[in-house]
Amino acid sequence: MKIAVCVKQVPDTWAEKKLREADSRLDRESADGVMNELDEYAVEEALQLIEAQGGEVVIISMGPDRASETVRKALSMGADAGIHIVDDALGGSDAVATSAVIAAAIDGRDFDLVIFGSESTDARMSVVPAMVAERLGWAQLTFAQKVEVSGSDVTIERVTENGFATVTAATPAVVSVVEKINEPRYPSFKGIMAAKKKPVDTLSVADLGLDAAAVGAAAAWSAVNDFAARPPKAAGTIVTDEGDGGVKVAEYLTTQKFI
Amino acid sequence: MGEVLVLVDEVDGTVKKSTTELLTAARRIGDPAAVWVGPGISDAAIATLGEFGATKVYVADSEDLAKHPVAPAAEVLAQLMGEAAPVAVLVPSTADGKETAARLAIKAGAGIITDAVDLAADGDRVVATQSVFGGSTIVHSAVTHGVPIITVRGNAIAPEAAPATAARQDVTVTLSDSARKATVTGHTAAVKGGRPDLAEAQVVVSGGRGVGSADGFSVIEALADTLGAAVGASRAATDAGWYPHQFQVGQTGKTVSPQLYIANGISGAIQHRAGMQTSKTIVVVNKDPEAPIFELADYGVVGDLFAVVPQLTEEIGKRSN
Repeated sequence: MKIAVCVKQVPDTWAEKKLREADSRLDRESADGVMNELDEYAVEEALQLIEAQGGEVVIISMGPDRASETVRKALSMGADAGIHIVDDALGGSDAVATSAVIAAAIDGRDFDLVIFGSESTDARMSVVPAMVAERLGWAQLTFAQKVEVSGSDVTIERVTENGFATVTAATPAVVSVVEKINEPRYPSFKGIMAAKKKPVDTLSVADLGLDAAAVGAAAAWSAVNDFAARPPKAAGTIVTDEGDGGVKVAEYLTTQKFI
Repeated sequence: MGEVLVLVDEVDGTVKKSTTELLTAARRIGDPAAVWVGPGISDAAIATLGEFGATKVYVADSEDLAKHPVAPAAEVLAQLMGEAAPVAVLVPSTADGKETAARLAIKAGAGIITDAVDLAADGDRVVATQSVFGGSTIVHSAVTHGVPIITVRGNAIAPEAAPATAARQDVTVTLSDSARKATVTGHTAAVKGGRPDLAEAQVVVSGGRGVGSADGFSVIEALADTLGAAVGASRAATDAGWYPHQFQVGQTGKTVSPQLYIANGISGAIQHRAGMQTSKTIVVVNKDPEAPIFELADYGVVGDLFAVVPQLTEEIGKRSN
């Protein structure tokens, strides 16, 4: 089985995020870049499938030069090879263009499955896996809390608002996973050393057969008009507990009609 | 004004509140036309859609459509975009809704905006308001290519009735082979706990590092149960194994926006604030007066949660009797 896992480098989730005044784009420079957390679960799921059934895991990431750190991290967890799509033309791409780039990287490489995290912590749209499935014409098996592969059949438990739906399809399929699915491993020292020798292909937009004019900020199909910080909240009442703190909160909740 | 397609979200044939919110939003930018995909439409459902302003209800009523996730709804909407030439398409910001919008954007060659909390018409453009980075930034954006496809977040727009007569219009759709590739073979309902669902609860009581142990959460749960609230936990508490991950509130967990949020022993790292700072009223109990969570508090107590919270629970019990 050959599995692609798509990973994204995002600003550290513990850092404050903001938009840049100049171009209304996320300021990625002001925070450390880390692998999007849900993508770690995607890598882990691929590794577990391969450990059980044999095969190969290829990491795909689109992002600037430093996103290679995220590809290396996935390789140090145990993935076999990487594809890093890096091109100045890609800056500011919307989800529609991103899905075109990722679909082009997957197409024609004989993958049985492509696994994504179900959302990134920066854009939080949850649309790229479905867009890639639409573009490739592959089965869409997304928001999975469980994935089972048996021969060429893939069955998942898709998380729904009141439980889960069991969804099944034949490979090739696009899978996205939620955080309930597994516990991602930490890279071992041996894994980190081995990752340095694993092959990573660096591809440009042209290498993928795409037109640079069809990606990036200028080609985006949506745009930010303006943005502003949420007005700060009026300062609340802060008291120090002198043995009656609980009663005071109850009084407050009564005045606010919660009790 | 042009037609605005609104994808109906329903459960067992009953129109969900989120759909009445979308119809309300649609009226700000055009004339709402509801789109029902799947079996089980009733006169009562059509009447509800009309009550909130739908003048038309497109019905693609086929068992086959419910057998496959996401893709059928996108194909119905794509077909209607061709036939009805709408000015916008609105879809609920659920997992299914966002993915339907995603596939539709590719099919229709149109831009997409997710998680809008408000909509307005600006000339012939639709301007969406988004609340991003955990509510710290308000963004206005617009689709610049094709018919705007916008997902609208639940509980963001108050539904307002505007009675209209909804005319049913049946739609025949032939699904493509690729829309049939994934098949739903069953549904399993989650085992319901005694508490409300975290994402939908009107009141959430949360515990963090200050709770100190799994046992400590009994204090949090007791307060929650007195208020009929859901229990939440910070990342620090779930990572420590004191409370299950599914109850984590924050950037990597659930985003909640209840009427009342009570944060106990939570310092207020951005990771947590991003998941709760749009709560209407925030009460904080923390022994560290410097904890950043106090900046969000409408009412805060500097003190030991193991003294304050049980006393609060007891006092609520007294006052409720």
